[in-house]
Amino acid sequence: MSISRRNLITTGIATVAGASGLAVAAKLARRYGLIPPDGGGLYGPGETLTYAAQRILTRHSMAREFRPGQISKPPFANEVDPLGDEFKRLQDGGFADWRLAVDGMVTRPASFSLAELKSFPRRSQITLIACEEGWSYIAEWTGVPLSHILDLAGTSPQARYVVYRSIQPVWWESIDMADALHPQTLVAHGLNGGELPVPLGGPLRMRVPRQLGYKSVKYITRLTVTDSLKSFGKGLGSASPEGGYAWYAGI
Amino acid sequence: MAAGSISQTAIAQPRISGAPRHSALVRITHWITTLAFLALLVTGVEILISHPRFYWGETGNVLTAPLFKIPIPASRDMVPTGYGYTLPDQNGWSRYLHFESAWVLVLTGLLYGVFGFVSGHFRRNLLPARSGLSWPQLAQQLRLKRASPGGGSSYNPLQRLTYLLVIFVLVPLVIWTGLDMSPAFTSAFPSAVTALGGRQSARTLHFFVSVLLVGFLFIHVLMIFLAGFWPRVRAMITGRAEQEERA
Repeated sequence: MSISRRNLITTGIATVAGASGLAVAAKLARRYGLIPPDGGGLYGPGETLTYAAQRILTRHSMAREFRPGQISKPPFANEVDPLGDEFKRLQDGGFADWRLAVDGMVTRPASFSLAELKSFPRRSQITLIACEEGWSYIAEWTGVPLSHILDLAGTSPQARYVVYRSIQPVWWESIDMADALHPQTLVAHGLNGGELPVPLGGPLRMRVPRQLGYKSVKYITRLTVTDSLKSFGKGLGSASPEGGYAWYAGI
Repeated sequence: MAAGSISQTAIAQPRISGAPRHSALVRITHWITTLAFLALLVTGVEILISHPRFYWGETGNVLTAPLFKIPIPASRDMVPTGYGYTLPDQNGWSRYLHFESAWVLVLTGLLYGVFGFVSGHFRRNLLPARSGLSWPQLAQQLRLKRASPGGGSSYNPLQRLTYLLVIFVLVPLVIWTGLDMSPAFTSAFPSAVTALGGRQSARTLHFFVSVLLVGFLFIHVLMIFLAGFWPRVRAMITGRAEQEERA
């Protein structure tokens, strides 16, 4: 092996440039919120690249919408964990007592009934929902844009994430403000022109059409606005990374 | 030779003493790509078994008639496979590793691609001479004539065409069809998926292109065995086919 001085110098400069380039990139990524909450560990670099690249590309892009003729009939209802006594009690009352609480970094914490939510401005959109397993269906989702609910509660300018919880305690998720304020992110209460059926998440389901199905949590009861996910669960952002799945499900 | 040897190539030149069979950059990117590809393959199979059914168009689920099914048990019990049991579910880490390996493959591929054009590697080592492209000649090369372990310092036209097909057609296609399964990516580039007929079409094509890539891997390794395994592997590690006594 012959190593010339020029080679040595070139390699040295390349190494220093590469290392400082990475350091600058990491600093910029942190400043612009491009590192996901599960961005540490073995898969952290891949997750960070995916999340950062997709955030840069898709901050304002709109999920594809479809024609009414493309709606899947019937929609596919994935299996759900057994619903508890509390759910059955609310179901027996026609969900009249179902409430969605909004708390955290908001100026006006609130709790909305299902009837109130249905009286808010609504948006309907025909989008595709895809599972990480590979299957997909298309449906028309109707609901209140999450941004409207956040506006009513008065979100703090420091807010970075919205955490949402299901009546099933094992299901809780969070999204960044780019998805939370996105016009297609709905607190959905209707499907294909009718009520949202229970097997598909009724009476109330988060619908995040630019991410895979597991971010569209069923039976939501509470929204929490926050600037950090560290204090939620194990601090990885949601139940998904705790179960081995990526927090960001845009791919 | 140290890293600075990347501008020197390679197999088409007469092998004067000191010139490696494969340049350092080709060797490094080859092995990184090998690792990334194997990780993508294992995790791809893991993801596939969660729903071993394929569809065409935008939608497909267990209520829809599949285009075809892989006759294996699944890792999720919602899938009617005909088997009375489900396999262990490995989708979580498989998806994490699949995308991380895809990044490694893409970034390494970009480095290799830029190098290939700038250094003349593609033109010199992979572009077949026009004179070698007649059907009888290509058919002749299909007969797997065994090369001597040290000899064959240049690829024949059939090998060149195969490498070009993998580098410029199959790998870009597998990336394209993979990205089409990303709802965020397709929100930014909807025509990337509608051009292929929809999300499920892209998933089905992703599977077929992966099968072709695995086919390439088998033939590639078979050819290396036929040509003499260790000299060829050594050439891709050290750059040299034989252990040469260097002065």
